[in-house]
Amino acid sequence: MAALYEGYTLCGLVPAQTLPNSGIQGVETERDSDHVIVTDSTRSVTLYKVSDQKPLSSWTVKQGQTLTCSAVYSSQSKEFVAVSDSKVIRIWKEEDILLDKAFKATVSADVWRVHCVPEGEPVVLFQRGAVRLLDSLLSAPQQPIEEVLAQEEAIRWSTNILAESKQFVIFTTEQKGDHFLYLQRLNPNTLQRYRLEREEPGLSPLSFSASYRDNHIRLLYLYPNGHVYQSVVSMRGLGADEGAQALPLPRNLLLGLPVGEGLLEAASALVLDEAHVAVVGVPHPSAGAGKDFLCIWNTNFQTLQAGKEMAGKIYGQLWGYSNKLFIPHGKTLSVIPYECPKSSLAAALGKLKQAKAPASVPSWNNILHGEKAQPSRTVETRKTVCWITEKHFQFLIQMAPVEEVQKEVEGLLSRADIQDLQASLGQLASTLVSRSLADPAFYTPSTLAQLVHTQSLCHSVCPDLVLLALEKKDYFLCQLCLQFFPDIPEAVTCACLKAFISMPDADAEKMSLEPESVSFMETLIVREHGQVGLQNGFSPTSFDGDRSDALSGGGAVLKTREEDKEKTSTPPEQICPVGLYKAVLLNEVLRTPYSDTFLLPHLKDLSSQQVVLFLQYLQFLYLKYSQDASTQMHGLRSPSLTQIMDWVCLLLDAHFTVLVMTPEAKGLLLNLHCFVKSQVRLVSELGKIEGSLQELNKMKVKKDVGQYSIEVIELF
Amino acid sequence: MGEFKVHRVRFFDYMPSAIRAMAFNSRTERLAVARADGALEIFNFADHYFQEKVIPGQDGRAVEALCWVGQRLFSAGLNGEITEYDLENMRPRYTVEAYGGPIWTISSNSQGTLLAVGCEDGTVKMFELLDERIRFQRNLERQKGRIISLSWHPSGTLIAAGMMDMIRIFDAETGHATHRLLVERGAGASKSKEVVVWSIAFLSDHTIVSGDSAGKVQIWDGLTGTLVKTHLVTKWDVLALAVSQDESSLVAGTSEGTVVQFQFIASTVDQQDKEWVRTRTFKNHSHDVRALAHTETAVVSGGMDTQLVVRPLLDKVEKNTQESALRKIAFPHRSLVCCAKKAGLLLFQFPDHLELWRVGESDGLGKPGDSLPVKRNPEKLIQLKRKGEDHICCSALSPCGGWLAYSTVSAVRLYRIQYNNISITKVSKLPKDLRSAHQLCFSSDSSKLFASSSHSSVVIVSLNQLECKHLHTLKPRSGSRQPVHLLFASEDGKWLAAANADCEIHVYNLHKLKLHCTVPVHSSCPTAIAIHPVTSNLVVVHADQQIFEYSLMQKEYTEWSRKLQKQGLHSLWLERDTPVTHISYSPKNPAHIFLHDMFMFCIIDQSLPLPEAKTMLYNQMTLRSLPEPERIRHSHAFKICKNFQHLLCVSLLEDHSLVVVERPLLDIMSQLPAPVRQKKFAT
Repeated sequence: MAALYEGYTLCGLVPAQTLPNSGIQGVETERDSDHVIVTDSTRSVTLYKVSDQKPLSSWTVKQGQTLTCSAVYSSQSKEFVAVSDSKVIRIWKEEDILLDKAFKATVSADVWRVHCVPEGEPVVLFQRGAVRLLDSLLSAPQQPIEEVLAQEEAIRWSTNILAESKQFVIFTTEQKGDHFLYLQRLNPNTLQRYRLEREEPGLSPLSFSASYRDNHIRLLYLYPNGHVYQSVVSMRGLGADEGAQALPLPRNLLLGLPVGEGLLEAASALVLDEAHVAVVGVPHPSAGAGKDFLCIWNTNFQTLQAGKEMAGKIYGQLWGYSNKLFIPHGKTLSVIPYECPKSSLAAALGKLKQAKAPASVPSWNNILHGEKAQPSRTVETRKTVCWITEKHFQFLIQMAPVEEVQKEVEGLLSRADIQDLQASLGQLASTLVSRSLADPAFYTPSTLAQLVHTQSLCHSVCPDLVLLALEKKDYFLCQLCLQFFPDIPEAVTCACLKAFISMPDADAEKMSLEPESVSFMETLIVREHGQVGLQNGFSPTSFDGDRSDALSGGGAVLKTREEDKEKTSTPPEQICPVGLYKAVLLNEVLRTPYSDTFLLPHLKDLSSQQVVLFLQYLQFLYLKYSQDASTQMHGLRSPSLTQIMDWVCLLLDAHFTVLVMTPEAKGLLLNLHCFVKSQVRLVSELGKIEGSLQELNKMKVKKDVGQYSIEVIELF
Repeated sequence: MGEFKVHRVRFFDYMPSAIRAMAFNSRTERLAVARADGALEIFNFADHYFQEKVIPGQDGRAVEALCWVGQRLFSAGLNGEITEYDLENMRPRYTVEAYGGPIWTISSNSQGTLLAVGCEDGTVKMFELLDERIRFQRNLERQKGRIISLSWHPSGTLIAAGMMDMIRIFDAETGHATHRLLVERGAGASKSKEVVVWSIAFLSDHTIVSGDSAGKVQIWDGLTGTLVKTHLVTKWDVLALAVSQDESSLVAGTSEGTVVQFQFIASTVDQQDKEWVRTRTFKNHSHDVRALAHTETAVVSGGMDTQLVVRPLLDKVEKNTQESALRKIAFPHRSLVCCAKKAGLLLFQFPDHLELWRVGESDGLGKPGDSLPVKRNPEKLIQLKRKGEDHICCSALSPCGGWLAYSTVSAVRLYRIQYNNISITKVSKLPKDLRSAHQLCFSSDSSKLFASSSHSSVVIVSLNQLECKHLHTLKPRSGSRQPVHLLFASEDGKWLAAANADCEIHVYNLHKLKLHCTVPVHSSCPTAIAIHPVTSNLVVVHADQQIFEYSLMQKEYTEWSRKLQKQGLHSLWLERDTPVTHISYSPKNPAHIFLHDMFMFCIIDQSLPLPEAKTMLYNQMTLRSLPEPERIRHSHAFKICKNFQHLLCVSLLEDHSLVVVERPLLDIMSQLPAPVRQKKFAT
């Protein structure tokens, strides 16, 4: 589940003269992910160290001059490049103090932007569409620049991308309401022009975002009506037929964002990874019409993953570098760390199975509005620190001895708001598990149990955890996993079942398990020693009685009574066939969600002894339940009657032929046959009742006569 | 037979009033029932529980207790007055103020010489019964706390009074209290609440039985003043007690709607000592049982749910007879709806107002069983509030709809109605002879108003735009003093039939303004009469469900009537337990007679053979399933339709469509206050 963390302020904004502008022209990365260059819309360029929220240096052009494009950093030459007054290219190094003394060169045409990808050479894009590598341009600054664009065609947005070690400049233009995409490849140069499909008349894209993945350039664009489209351009075959012919560019609708009232004005969408898009300036679907939200959407599931309200005006600008979003709002430029881990279905659907314990599921309201209530600056920085130290943590877990890891994790869990950490906890756990698997001496049962207890984990996050617990015979951890993981695969469930059944009882007695589940089983087993009580005038029909009833017709009441009496002394089915702790673990298996088509093949792995034992246990549970209705009220830790019946059916399905041949299973099967018979009888009676109740319903409908009606009757 | 368009009317919000008190006169077999609105009803138990007389209520008259002294009927209420009723003129005869605050109870000694009333101020007041009046005699020793219930010892020397938290026994001669029996309060939270002894019975063996608000029925020894036995009957109140004439059985009515029977029997077979043993529980009411009567064969109960229930005791009656059937009387045995056939108007009579409605219209045609689209909705034209504090006792609407009349015990009011721009004007000068009427009826041409007056006389008033003139007063020769409760003017304007509570039916010739004939008196009271528009035959239906047709020309029963009597009515017809309250004729087919009771309406086709004892009476379903030609063989004269239930009126309009006024009992139930305890399944 993607998450937006607590943000912090990078810098204040120069109050803009013209209101719709934020005063920031661009934010570009510098040498590493922790440094950015911020170019404001007038004269200055500032270099920041992000984690320190501190400017390192700043450069300003002379009064009267303006910077017309955002400065970029060329990591090859360790130089900054910017353009002033559209035609003067300025290049300087970090140690230069005065910009005016640095290198400048005047070119013959107006520059639109200078782009630079990390490890790449700066590229200059001219306003009329021509592209030059900076070096080749500077070798002859006054070289003639051709016009690529048509009359009345103007660039709206541009970027460059490194794809398959080739640099691309991508820009979009607008001509009389039509929008075009240009793909300019450098070395060798090719240019491809695409025409974007028209949206509703009068609507132009508000923002573009391009990304490269799997041999395709993906262009994402947002329209004022909230539609987010993606167009995919294949790299293969690109440049084969170069020409001015604009190819139609197919698109598909990725998201239809809620726009509230009216159209979006200042909004922006940014691709984060293959499945996530950050959107700013679009209303939050559950928070009314206000548009000052930053949200992360999952495009695969069309779900809102995280959202954050931004104080102050939103300018529709958004930059993202290495897990940080830069967003100018109000009078500040904020940095918001985010995380988009791979989505598991369970996470995307909001952890369906654990809905029983609502406290464990992070509520949107908490995430969205709860944080509004903590404006305190100290809290913010502390959280930042916590987020930043995570990397260090991972490192620690990979290396440190058991005790230290335990201490650190405990500290982490006690320190931070666990819901904020949800994503990183998963990583933590899987690191722990993989280390335990790799290093047989390393195992931290209590730490893992603690992690599982946070209910932030699921099986898909750390798939080896359950098997690890089985291997280490850590049944307590197994129980916790079965309890808390909503998505355990059937194969693993079956492996657990097998392990539990074949575990020697002596082993089991040594375990410490969840006290609540143990006490439930204890009461169930203790009751077997007490009298088989009549409750509410209901005396449980024994299945033997039922059988004799079936044989001798209705007149066997007395006999049944006698048999009942006998049975209270030594009822064979009334003794729990497995030990207390084993039973507790088996209950946990019964309560695990499964899909029977997937479970059946794995069930066949059980040996016939195991099956018979398990069936006996299920029968024991069934009898207990049908005797005493209150058992099921016992709490969450007890399997329901339907779960028991379903398991009985599954086991029989999987092993029927074997069981028929097994002599010790004969009595059991006969008893189960009686179960089924009594169930069928009950259901058929219920069916009859349902039928007659439905008839009643029909009759009632007919009888509805109002205050007045005119009817026709006939008498004979 | 044919199709009928039926206007199914359910907008008559008739709401009967709760039953407050009752008294049974075992000598005349009349049951007097008092309702919460002050109305009094007399049921004749000897004549199929027919509601013979209704004395309308009055604002402010709240009857709390009733008492028969011979043929005389007294009531007392919270207004502090004792009223004697004039049962011949169906009005209060006189009222005496007791000067003791609200009166809770009234009781006479078995000799019929003294009347005792229990008052709020703690006094028991004795009134002497004179021939024409009652006279205050004296007060018994005054007590603290109100006197809720009273019972005389049959000897007339002692009187027991139920009060708050106790029972007092007075010596009737000296007026001193001789015993004080303390009644225990309820357990738990009600411990702090005073217990009210709602009802008390003093038996001839000096046993006192009390029923109280703590849910107990207690048996006391009146000689020693000791408690003999306590029966906890309900969680709520025991509101009423009634003892059988022979003192072998008593019943108690509770707030839960149950009636509990106790019998004075030996508890074990070979034992000689008898004691009061709780034997049966009846649950026929949803709400409080406020009033009880114990007849020789049945328990009669009534209360908040407005229904009068006659529950036969199966050890006293022969099983599987008509007498052994449970009977619920929910609707009055007279018509509260008047239908103007020509104008398609309905007049609904409420105790305090009248409503005039026009039925809706539909132009569609439909198959039998269809509901037609309503083109014009029914419309309430007039709501007329009565004047004065007396409740309306009868009302009538002229066939053309232009005249409306109603009567209370004190006055008759006549109104002229214009429809083009709905207006109603009171006719101011009415003749003096038209003071009060038991029944009102307009002639078919709306030119005359007939009003039944005292001593079975009928006043005729001619109506026209200018004035209303007294034409004549018709008097029967029999000299009966009973009121006329049914009037019918023939279509041709020649005949007027009047039936009175003495079961007499007089037919007057309106052209000659004199008595034409008197129909031979049948033992049962007529419940509906009508004169055939073509043949001038009078059809009479009686409370015992017998039907007679009398030819006014020949002054004898018609051939059809004789045949009917000879063959006898079908047993299922006779077993019906609600009287026929209205008869009308079809202008299309003179052989058809329309009549209805509460649960069905019936068209009697005089041209068809009468049903024999073995044939099915309710055969409409069978006939429907038969093919056309076979129907003739199976059909008989009684076409009974049970599609409509809880009928207050079925009438045939001039356009041959039927008007059916239903008042579903469920609707009445839904307007009652919530009962104290709802019995739910498995609780």
